[in-house]
Amino acid sequence: MPCVLVLFLGAGLWKRQPVFDQFLCGAKGGLRVVAQLAPTLVGLLTAVAMFKASGAVDLLTGLLRPALELVGVPAEMTPLLVLRPVTGSGSIAILSNILQNCGPDSMVGRMASVVLASTETTFYTVAVYFGAAGVKKTGYTVPAALCADAAGFLGACFFVRLLFS
Amino acid sequence: MLNWIWAALIGLAVLCGAVTGRMPKVASAAVSGASEAVELLLSIGGMMLLWNGLMEVGEKAGLVRIFSKAVYPLLKFLFPDAYRDRKAMDAVSMNMAANFLGLGNAATPLGIRAVGELKRLGGGKAEATRSMSMFILINTASIQFLPTTVAALRAAQGSKSPFEILPAVWLTSILALAVGITAAKLFEKLSGRCGRSRRYRPM
Repeated sequence: MPCVLVLFLGAGLWKRQPVFDQFLCGAKGGLRVVAQLAPTLVGLLTAVAMFKASGAVDLLTGLLRPALELVGVPAEMTPLLVLRPVTGSGSIAILSNILQNCGPDSMVGRMASVVLASTETTFYTVAVYFGAAGVKKTGYTVPAALCADAAGFLGACFFVRLLFS
Repeated sequence: MLNWIWAALIGLAVLCGAVTGRMPKVASAAVSGASEAVELLLSIGGMMLLWNGLMEVGEKAGLVRIFSKAVYPLLKFLFPDAYRDRKAMDAVSMNMAANFLGLGNAATPLGIRAVGELKRLGGGKAEATRSMSMFILINTASIQFLPTTVAALRAAQGSKSPFEILPAVWLTSILALAVGITAAKLFEKLSGRCGRSRRYRPM
């Protein structure tokens, strides 16, 4: 990051550009984005906090577990599936739990690590990007992204079995 | 879609809270969630301003242009109806670079900038365009070269080789992105067909 800073500023000065004025102009644009982002974040994080506190995760986990075990997803990973699209910090907490209980070099530990590294907090990403840009009709973005998440889960289990057996 | 998901999250929370008797917890979570959101906003706000300002400098100096030209073939393939717009593609390629290097803090402000540019390109309407959906799919599939957070967690729990998962991570990311793009194309076709039939139906 300091390298990028020096590179950008160096190139700007080399071309005799008013770098600080440009920076201020760009940062002002960022300020508008921050203001637009506030309602989105408050709405989303409030809902997520309520969801986590209510015990709904346990309920959904119990419902999903049998179906997931059929397609080769270990039981320990079901809470991760429920929380991954909704909260980044929550799924990191679950991952460290799994790593602690099963060991980081166990099959389940590897699978959970791969899932966390190759998927994103989908709802957060969609809500933040569209919210900041003021896009209301999201079309088919959310269902398509959820398909990608599902593929990420199954793929993680499959590739870990393939590469580490 | 987001309307339904948001309402479902809250509805499920209240329902489960009532059934399991955790209603007081749900209520206090609502309060703490709202203040957490503002804390998060303050902590990412600085980065937001910093990266937006830096992008302006990099753009005016012509550095960003050099980079986005280097990934031009990829952009042409991914964004067939937006790749000609230089400003949008500059922001898109910077976001992809930040994601690829695992710089999550930088990726979000750059991504928001990119979606804004894509919206301008789509005529400024409050409706998601194809390019926007594609861009967000790329971001949710999380194409990273080095997943630093996960590797750090693994190392902290005493993994013998925290980075041994890398090949599996790359394969899974590519698979997820491919499935996401295929699903998007499929939904696009389906919704196009529904839209057309609705238009022809007599009222």
